[in-house]
This record gives sequence, C-alpha cells and structure tokens, in this order.
Amino acid sequence: MNSIENIASRDNAGQPIWKFLMSELKPRGKYFTPFNIISVPIILVGLVLIVIRFIYGIGSITNLTQEVPWGLWIGFDVVTGVAFAGGAYVITFMVYILNIKKYHSIVRVTVLNGFLAYVFYAGALLLDLGKPWNVINPIIGNSFGVSSVLFLVAWHFLLYMMAQLIEFSPAIAEWIGAKRARKILSSMTIAAVIFGITLSTLHQSGLGALFLMAKEKIHPLWYSEFIPIMFFVSSIFAGLSMVIFEGSISHKVFSDQISEKNHKAHKGIIHGLSKICTIAMFAYFFLQVLTFVHGKHWDLLNTPMGYWYLTEMIGFVLLPMILYFYSYRTQNIFLIKLAAIITMIGIIINRLNVTVIGFRWDAPNPYYPSWMEIVVTLTVLFIEIWIFRWIVRRLPVLRESPSWVKDH
Amino acid sequence: MNRLNFLRIAGLAGATLTMGKILKASPQKSNKAEFVGVLYDSTRCVGCQECEIVCAKEHGLPKPDPEDYPTTKEVRKANEKRRSVINAYETSKGELYIKNQCMHCNQPACASACLTQAMHKTEEGPVIWRDNKCMGCRYCMVSCPYDVPKFEYHSSNPNIEKCNMCFDRIKEGLQPAFVENCPAEALTFGTRRELLAEAHRRISSNPETYYDGIYGENEAGGTGFLILSAVPFEEIGLNTKLQKKSYPELTKGFLYSVPSVFVLLPAILLGIFKATKKRQTQEEENE
Ligand code: SF4
Repeated sequence: MNSIENIASRDNAGQPIWKFLMSELKPRGKYFTPFNIISVPIILVGLVLIVIRFIYGIGSITNLTQEVPWGLWIGFDVVTGVAFAGGAYVITFMVYILNIKKYHSIVRVTVLNGFLAYVFYAGALLLDLGKPWNVINPIIGNSFGVSSVLFLVAWHFLLYMMAQLIEFSPAIAEWIGAKRARKILSSMTIAAVIFGITLSTLHQSGLGALFLMAKEKIHPLWYSEFIPIMFFVSSIFAGLSMVIFEGSISHKVFSDQISEKNHKAHKGIIHGLSKICTIAMFAYFFLQVLTFVHGKHWDLLNTPMGYWYLTEMIGFVLLPMILYFYSYRTQNIFLIKLAAIITMIGIIINRLNVTVIGFRWDAPNPYYPSWMEIVVTLTVLFIEIWIFRWIVRRLPVLRESPSWVKDH
Repeated sequence: MNRLNFLRIAGLAGATLTMGKILKASPQKSNKAEFVGVLYDSTRCVGCQECEIVCAKEHGLPKPDPEDYPTTKEVRKANEKRRSVINAYETSKGELYIKNQCMHCNQPACASACLTQAMHKTEEGPVIWRDNKCMGCRYCMVSCPYDVPKFEYHSSNPNIEKCNMCFDRIKEGLQPAFVENCPAEALTFGTRRELLAEAHRRISSNPETYYDGIYGENEAGGTGFLILSAVPFEEIGLNTKLQKKSYPELTKGFLYSVPSVFVLLPAILLGIFKATKKRQTQEEENE
C-alpha cells in the first residue's frame, strides 16, 4: 500500500529521468500467473511463425487463396478489433463533448485500450501486406490513390492514433512528472477529441465501405449498400460492450489501482452504458430489418446461410438487446455483463460474416484459417494485453492522478 | 429520397446533413483520349493455347505445361504463374473455347481500390500494375468483379500478376503479343470504338454464327477486352450477373460524403461542447 501511495504522489523532481525510466522498465508482479503461462508459449510460437512468413511468403502460414485474399488477419484483427476499439470515441464524446462527468474515471483506460488496439491492429495489417516496406507510399510521395476507400481508412488510422496519443498524453506526463508538459498537453485534449470522433465516424463506416465493391462476392444477406452505416452504428455498442467487459476484468485484476470511490462508481457506469447499448442496438436491429426487407431475400432465409443469418440477428442482436434492456431496468449488473459478452460474440460473428464467412461463400474451395493464422492472431492479442498491463501498473490510468495535478 | 441520400443522411452526420447539392455535383470525367482494347472472337478460337505460350514468354513466366490443355471436364484458372487461360465448354453448339484474362475495364474496380495507384488505368486503355508502388494489400483482388489480379503467396517479395495487354509493346507501337501470334485471327487490337463497330458488323452480317451481344460492351461499365460468342454467354462460363454500372460507382456515395462530414461534424461537436460547458458553469454559479 505504502509504495503505491508513493508512486501516486511522486513528482520525480529530484530524480534523473533516465534512472526513473530504467527502474520502471523492470517487471513487476508475479511471474507465474495463469495468463503468463498460457500467453508466453503462444507468443513464442507466434514470433517464429512471423519470421517464417517473412522468409517464405504469406502463403506459407496462411490458407488464403486467389479467390479469398483477405482472411482472419483482416477480418478479425483489423475489422473486428477496430469495432471493439470504438469505445474510445463514444466515451470521449460523452465525457468531453456532452460533459457527462459520471464516465470520467474510465476515459483514460478506454482511450489507452483504443490506442493500443489501433497500434496492434495496424501492426497486424503490416503482417498481411505483401510488401510492407511500401506502406509509406500512400502516406508520403506521389502515390496517392485518393479514390480508394482503403486510402481513407489508412490515413484515418494514422491520424486517429495520433489523436488518441494526445488524448492519453497527460497520463504520460503525470507518470514522468512533467508538470508543464502536462498542462500544455491537456489543453489539447478537446481538439484531439473532436478530431478523433470525426475520424472514428468515418473510418468505422469506412471499414464497411471497403467491401462495397465486392458486391457479387459477399452473400446477399450480408451485402447491402448500408454496410457502412451498419458498421458505424454497431461500433457504438461493440465498443461499449468491450468497455463493460474490460472494465469488469480490470476491476478484479487491478483492484489495487482503483480508489474506493471509483470502485463504487463502477456499477453506476456499467448501468449507464447498458442504456446506451440498448438504444444503439435497437437502432442497429431496426436498420438490419429495414435492409433485409428492402433487399427482398426472403427465399434465402430457408438455406443454411439463412439459418446462420437468423442466428446472428436473433441470437446475437435481438437477444442481447433485450437482455441489456431488461438488466438496465432491473439494475442487474451480472446480466449486463452477460449481455456485453453475447454482444461481443455477435460482433465477431457479424464482422466475420461480412469479411470472411460470407465472402465467396460459394467458392469451390472455401477458406478456413490455418492454425498458424490463429496463433499469430493470439500473439498480437497477447502482446497487446502485456503492454496494456505494463502501462496500467505504472501510469495513472486506473488510479487517481498524482496530487500535484489538482494544484493547477 | 433516393438510397444514396439516405445513406449519407442517416448514417454519417445525422439529419443535419442536408448538403446534397455539393455532393451530387461531380460529373463523370469525360474520356477524351480513346482507349485501345482487344476484340476476342471466340467463334474463331481453336483452343491452341498459343496465346498462353507467348504470354508466358513475353512476361517471363514459367513455360506452360503441355499436358495441361483445355478440356470440358475442368475449368482452368489463371494464377500467379499464368495470366491468361483458355477453357473449353460443352455448349448447345458443341465444344467451344473461351479465353480468360483481364477485362481492362473502362473504370476498373482494382485501380480505384488501390491506395497507392500501383494498379493503374493508363490513358491508352490497358490496366497495368506497378511493382514499386504496390504494398501487397490485395484490396484490388477483393474488389475485382472478375477475380483477375493474382498474388504470389509464396514469395517474400510478392507481385500481383495480371494481364497488362503488353503495355510496353503498345507504347512502342506494337500489338500485344497474344494478338499478334494468334494463328486463327481470333484476336483483334484497336481502339475500343473501332472494335465495337467491327463486332457489331460481324454479328449483323452473320447472325446465325453469333449470339447477339458483345460481352464487355456494358458489363461493369464497359471493358477494353470485348468478347463475341456463338452461344449465350453463360454457356461459355462468362458471368452475366455483373452490374452494368462501373464498380467504383458503388463507393462514390461514401467517398463523397467524407468532406462534408469533415466540415460539419467537428462544427456540431464544438457547438455541443460549448453548450454543455455553459450549462455546467451556470449550474455551478447557481449552487
Ligand atoms: S495489392 Fe498492390 S496493386 Fe493491389 S490494391 Fe494493394 S497496393 Fe494496389
């Protein structure tokens, strides 16, 4: 307890910065936690696979085909991962734009989560590029494919990462005790938030717009010109469900970091979020029904893909929506968490349906991810969690800012 | 309200986005320079695979396996080692051959998808791929309605392989290698307009030989590779379900809405921010 108190109030005035950083680099906490025991071997195998991939080509560890050029790495890591990272723009919107103080205590952790998600999913994207060294082409130089949705998405990823870094930077300044820098950085927050929300709106929908040209390749139950709107609306509750889920875990794992006050407030936060999820999911469900009626694909419902579609819509949209609504009314925190988990599974299913499962569903040799693709995906995920944990243990993310902040 | 407007309004900036005027205006760029293309008269094709062989030679690809020839039993596919293949189909008029290769669309999905302009519609007409720009994202493959671009999955510096209509030869004033070497004169090189006129002439002067239609005249917004057939197109494996509009058209609505979202949304957010802040300070004063 004493040492945490110390860290929380430190201002590092006397200590040379490099000495401080060195001491912070040392691992903390137990070595043999269940998470470490599972994640370390997987990460090691994953790193080997990544080396193999760079020597022998993408085909050496993936099952991608000429008909299905995008698989798990794009469909899950990038498209699904970014949807889950949507919590950051929703929460910053509520806290900074709508000025709802209630959610203030979860802003930092959500933004950190979002930021790391983007860094790692952009990283996963690099693994999927055939010539990653040319990734600078759309950013500098004379090779701007401005009519490309992917061009837009790539730029937005980049800019949004910067915006999130600015939003998060006061925490870094507090960590190293840079008082003046903190003041300057936090004065930039609002601008970064406004910019970030705009970027998010566009690239969340942009990820859907990527697939608009694959009109005949995506199963008609999932293809519509409204994919961009659907992706945007669903990113709201995907992100918030992730916030609920991640928050519940953090409150257990990092409970030493969280002040008494915030522990108590957490229930209220989850409860409030469940209401927003209900509304967003209702809008989403409504849109889906509208699109379905509009598309006139009644005949397709009575096919295997049709059953799968109904499973998604009823089991993973309608059901968690009702669950959110019910648990909001009855203030049942457990059920809210359950709804969050079902929603998240639903989002994974939905994104994979559009990008992988429904993509070339009729191909003679359908694509299934190889075990190696799955291991690499897990590697990316685990490294991200490692970094997240490292930061949360050191920076004022979940815990209160050091006392000197309030003097200003 | 049409559907695109609905998309813009409902999805991207809420009901406040009523800037239809700005968005709608952007007429299609008129193509002044005439595109060149190739007319493929499949009724003349004898399935000799000479075009496959010269293509491999011209572009430094592995020599085709002589054992691998078109049969009606199997649909052969182009891949990263061969840019074009001949297939045989059993049709209502007997066994017929059809060449499969890049269609060189007037408005190619692949080129509009490419974020580095590696995939590029040249002014002359051929759609070419440029090694030094490509980052290997394969978005061109996702977007191409004909599944033409192929990727070298087993290379550490993978290329996209697709027909470029022998663009280097065209620039030198030569004909594409596969056109020049076709012994049956099934292939003709020329401007797209001439080729369409010639195709129409052949159909009308020989209506019993030809199916009445030119594949590629309107498919996917029109293509540079045009196909004449003896039988309805489905019988020789051509996809007739493709839309007549060009494929980049499908993302236009989204892309046009981006600038207005960029202008309007920050303004709206700033407005709300100011309003809520004012309310808060008032509340604090009242307390
Ligand atoms: S793979 Fe290369 S050519 Fe194709 S879209 Fe990506 S960058 Fe462009």
